[in-house]
Amino acid sequence: MSVPRFWRKQPQRYNLIGSKCETCGTYYYPPRTVCPQCRRDGKMVEHKFKGTGKVVTFSIIRTASAPYDYETPYPIAIIELEEGTRMTAPVVCDIEDMEIGMPVRATFRKIVADGDSGMIVYGTKFVPLK
Amino acid sequence: MREVAVIGVGLTTFGEKWDSSFRQMCVEAGIKSLEDANVDGNQIDEMFVGNMSGGRFILQEHISALIADAVGLASTRHIPATRTEAACASGGLAFRQAYTSVASGMSDIVIAAGVEKMTDVDGGVTTDALAGAADREWEGIYGVTFPSLYAMIARDYMNRYGLTREQLAQVAVKNHYNGARNPIAQFRKEITIDTVLNSTLVADPIRLMDCSPVTDGAAAVILCPLERAKEFTDSPVKVLASTQATDTIALHDRRDISTLDATVAAGNRAFEMAKLERKDIDLVEVHDCFTIAELCAIEDLGFCEKGKAGIMTEEGETALGGRLPINPSGGLKACGHPVGATGIKQVCEVVEQLRGEATGRQVEGAEIGMTHNVGGTGATVVTNIFRRVN
Repeated sequence: MSVPRFWRKQPQRYNLIGSKCETCGTYYYPPRTVCPQCRRDGKMVEHKFKGTGKVVTFSIIRTASAPYDYETPYPIAIIELEEGTRMTAPVVCDIEDMEIGMPVRATFRKIVADGDSGMIVYGTKFVPLK
Repeated sequence: MREVAVIGVGLTTFGEKWDSSFRQMCVEAGIKSLEDANVDGNQIDEMFVGNMSGGRFILQEHISALIADAVGLASTRHIPATRTEAACASGGLAFRQAYTSVASGMSDIVIAAGVEKMTDVDGGVTTDALAGAADREWEGIYGVTFPSLYAMIARDYMNRYGLTREQLAQVAVKNHYNGARNPIAQFRKEITIDTVLNSTLVADPIRLMDCSPVTDGAAAVILCPLERAKEFTDSPVKVLASTQATDTIALHDRRDISTLDATVAAGNRAFEMAKLERKDIDLVEVHDCFTIAELCAIEDLGFCEKGKAGIMTEEGETALGGRLPINPSGGLKACGHPVGATGIKQVCEVVEQLRGEATGRQVEGAEIGMTHNVGGTGATVVTNIFRRVN
């Protein structure tokens, strides 16, 4: 991913900031500019998520594309946040511990690096909620 | 709207075609379809080419002009040529655009092709290019792969409907049995449930033998108004429906992880357009990019209740000779999945089946067939229904 492309999303990725439609009350993460339900009648405002949620479904990735392959095997999950929206993110835990319904919380982590001297992408991963 | 027929089909063999180029494959399929339709190249009014990722796989864009040029329809007759892209539904989209063009009266004789050359780059590039069929910024960035997205569908499905690992494996066993009888298939080899269960884990619970392979290949079909079809062929196949639907690009935004609402919508529209019921269908080519995808497709198209496709497969209802043969060609699983070509290949298979020409894998007495082509994890779906014309 290019630096400008990542930079535009940095505030949302670093702080788990999504959007909320004040017309219908629905939360969105990743953030959206337009509410799919209300469209131009919607009023989108920024919303910082609490960061707690649960695993809806998951997989353990054993074969990855190049910049991620040194981390295999790693769990990836769809997380349902407490406010009610879903997002995809890695979970940091023993792969044997992964299960559907597992409560998790967001944590700020390194996601991937573009080689030894390239950009490092940071963002949200999840850890089991102890 | 005019009624439309398919009058010719053409396919290359599918596989790791290291001695064939992108251009060669597409020209080969195109010429075969013209020969099959008894159409002269000079009669072609318009061309659509389905291609997902020429820009990544062979570093070539502008595919429509490339192919029109290669077959001599660019510099001589300057016909309109258009590339369609919707990830793995790119071919299906090319077919639907060709159908729309003929049905509207804009063009008379149209060629729809699909092509992908995936083995000129190494596996990591392929995996990354395919990941672009999902949401790059909010799925791909976290190291999500395509097998892992379908694995998350599979786990959700298994958890909710009690699908067994063996039932899932049976999809691959069935499709390899069929593929072993298809001369163009990449894998012409039967396998057992143990082959699947002992294959390498790619993304739990998806194993290597649950996945469609990386493939090179091309396919082409010729369409014309139904009223002109008999000028060219004694066995035209009428297009009863050609529909398309869209859903969210990211899997996490779906209403239900293991229901592809775009399949439900496109399927419902197709049955409405064709004025048919599910029981009227004799065979279906569905998008089995992973074994779980075939089960979702059977249910989402309405051929059985949600959660029952595993049992239906286990009991042989979807096998050749069963109540509703699914993927008699061998599907994406055994035939191979050259992503941009798949949607057209499915049409070729159904046309051959309805003409009674699918030697070795023929669905006896087939009159009505359906195709189902998915882009991404279900963001684009194209479905078509065809009937034999006697």
